[in-house]
Amino acid sequence: MSKPIRFVLPLVFFIVLVFFLFQGLFSDPRARDAQTLEKPMPAFSLPDLMDPSITHTPAVFEGEVTLLNVWGVWCVTCKVELPYLTSLRENGVRIVGLYYDQDLDPDFGTKTLQRVQQEVLETTTQLGNPFQFNIFDVYRNTSLDLGVTGAPETLLIDPNGIIRVHHIGDVNERVWEQKFAALYNQLMQQQGASHAMVR
Amino acid sequence: MPWFVKACLLLLCITTLSVDAARDEYVFETEQQRRDFIELTQTLRCPMCQNQNIADSDAMIAHDMRRKVYQLITEGQTSEQVIDFMKVRYGDFVTYQPPVTKTTIWLWVIPFLVLLVGIYIILTRQPTKLSKTDEQAALAKAEALLKEDD
Repeated sequence: MSKPIRFVLPLVFFIVLVFFLFQGLFSDPRARDAQTLEKPMPAFSLPDLMDPSITHTPAVFEGEVTLLNVWGVWCVTCKVELPYLTSLRENGVRIVGLYYDQDLDPDFGTKTLQRVQQEVLETTTQLGNPFQFNIFDVYRNTSLDLGVTGAPETLLIDPNGIIRVHHIGDVNERVWEQKFAALYNQLMQQQGASHAMVR
Repeated sequence: MPWFVKACLLLLCITTLSVDAARDEYVFETEQQRRDFIELTQTLRCPMCQNQNIADSDAMIAHDMRRKVYQLITEGQTSEQVIDFMKVRYGDFVTYQPPVTKTTIWLWVIPFLVLLVGIYIILTRQPTKLSKTDEQAALAKAEALLKEDD
């Protein structure tokens, strides 16, 4: 093997390795592509959180651009994003909550529905209520079907009920700007609805 | 300290009891189902907690996934069907067995590449030969040293 190759080969290898590892410094090991993207909402039939006599199905997403926010009062980050989501609602964004409780063990219920409702009311009165209504994912089956790993997660659902954005973590101004705003405004324009751009 | 020994034994009893209780949470019709359940919960990866299987993890998502695995198994689904069910929702991340794709193929190829390069280097390596002049210089030096000793 000639001298230059003996020198250049390890150098190239080293540089490639450095770039690979450097990139790793900024990658989020928790970041994963959501599997639900560009797929329709999974079928569900769940009660409304505040009025269990109402039953919600994927039909609630038909014909409207909706943000579906997976949350619970027990989740601190969810509380942090409530005020921002409320400001989005004030700008005309339709936000629906997919509520799930962690203390409420579906098989050995320890918490009454009244208690959950009361907690939700307390939280939304204090921090703002961005939700048109909350779907109560009692057994957390729909969260599982959506590939939700925790709360909060926020999905943008188009008027055909197709999931277009699946964001893990809280929604704030920066996230809205980067991941939601462009697509949301485009979808709203296609809807033909005269609306102010939500930035 | 006999009380200490007793306390340890008691603690041991309590822990073993609670392990049994966790296993008994799910009741299976057949022994095969029970074995499938244990195997699946040990090979499915918790999406929330980086390096735990769902049998090991106490995250809520792991609880829910265990319940789902139980439900699917008792419905008579095979292990492959359960794994596919989870893959549809949580992606390839959910199993510890990575599929061969354009990106992951390197995991298998690189070790062989390194091996080949190593073989090539060993085979083509020339034993370092001293050139004629070097040899003479070394001899002269050695003789000079010998003379000094005399």
